[in-house]
Amino acid sequence: MTISLAHYLVVGALLFALGLVTVATRRNAVGVLMGVELILNGANVNFVAFERYVGGGVGGFVFALFVIVLAAAEAAVGLAIVLALFQTSKNIDVRQADLLRE
Amino acid sequence: MPPRLRRLVAWAAASVVVVLFVAVLGVVAIAPAAESAPGAGQGQGQGGLVAVLFYVLSLLTLLGAALVAFVRNIVYSALGLLASLLGAGSLYVLLSADFVAIAQLLVYVGGVMVLVLFAVLLTNKITEVNVSNSSFGLFGGLLLLVAMVPVLVAVAVLTPWRTSVPGPLAPTTEALGDALLTHWLLPFEVASLVLLATLIGAVIIARKELKAD
Repeated sequence: MTISLAHYLVVGALLFALGLVTVATRRNAVGVLMGVELILNGANVNFVAFERYVGGGVGGFVFALFVIVLAAAEAAVGLAIVLALFQTSKNIDVRQADLLRE
Repeated sequence: MPPRLRRLVAWAAASVVVVLFVAVLGVVAIAPAAESAPGAGQGQGQGGLVAVLFYVLSLLTLLGAALVAFVRNIVYSALGLLASLLGAGSLYVLLSADFVAIAQLLVYVGGVMVLVLFAVLLTNKITEVNVSNSSFGLFGGLLLLVAMVPVLVAVAVLTPWRTSVPGPLAPTTEALGDALLTHWLLPFEVASLVLLATLIGAVIIARKELKAD
């Protein structure tokens, strides 16, 4: 049987759902960032699949590249923030990170 | 022993649920829709091989993602993320996006994964598994999954997308470079500015000695 657009969309949807579950349920800040990476990957699968099966040009690939670039930037800044948080409070539980509240 | 056993059973059950879900969807829901879709019958000759590769790679991707979502030890989560990113990058090859696949390998697997592993090892005592990644609860996560996945999958499968017949696999790097430097020149430059700001910002945030000055 031939692989169609819907197959890739289902894979992207499952990646997105698992990433959202990770973001919603993790308490570890690094785990939350991993979930964000999964969400971005699900969106990227959709971009590339739509470009291949619907668009036919190269625009979706360009946007997938931009997503990859921004995900790398987000990971670098996010993990730097996590490290700074760990240096100040020795704890990266996102529910106890309320230094800026008062 | 019982907690470890229970964890193992719960983890296996979660992966079995996901795999069964994909299998049932593939057989029941997607196959009729794919056969009735226009232009579905015209693949590139070796449709069977591509189908097998697709299923294996998407299984790798989704198993890695399930590992990220449901395993308590965050080192295993990081390795699952590695598998998931590798699988997604290989899926891009099947979709004729060779340059995006290579960029995924270089940036994600080479760069982001190293960053994540560094962060994991710098912020946790590896022996304290329970402290390192206490989770909100398997039940809540599975509930969210069960509530959300059918909606997304139904939208993906039941919408009549206006698909065209994809051509044979072809290199896209040249067209990609042309598009980046002509039509998408402004976003390209803005992305470079974002990367510069990220570089400086990450160094400033993560540096300890800044307060001493």
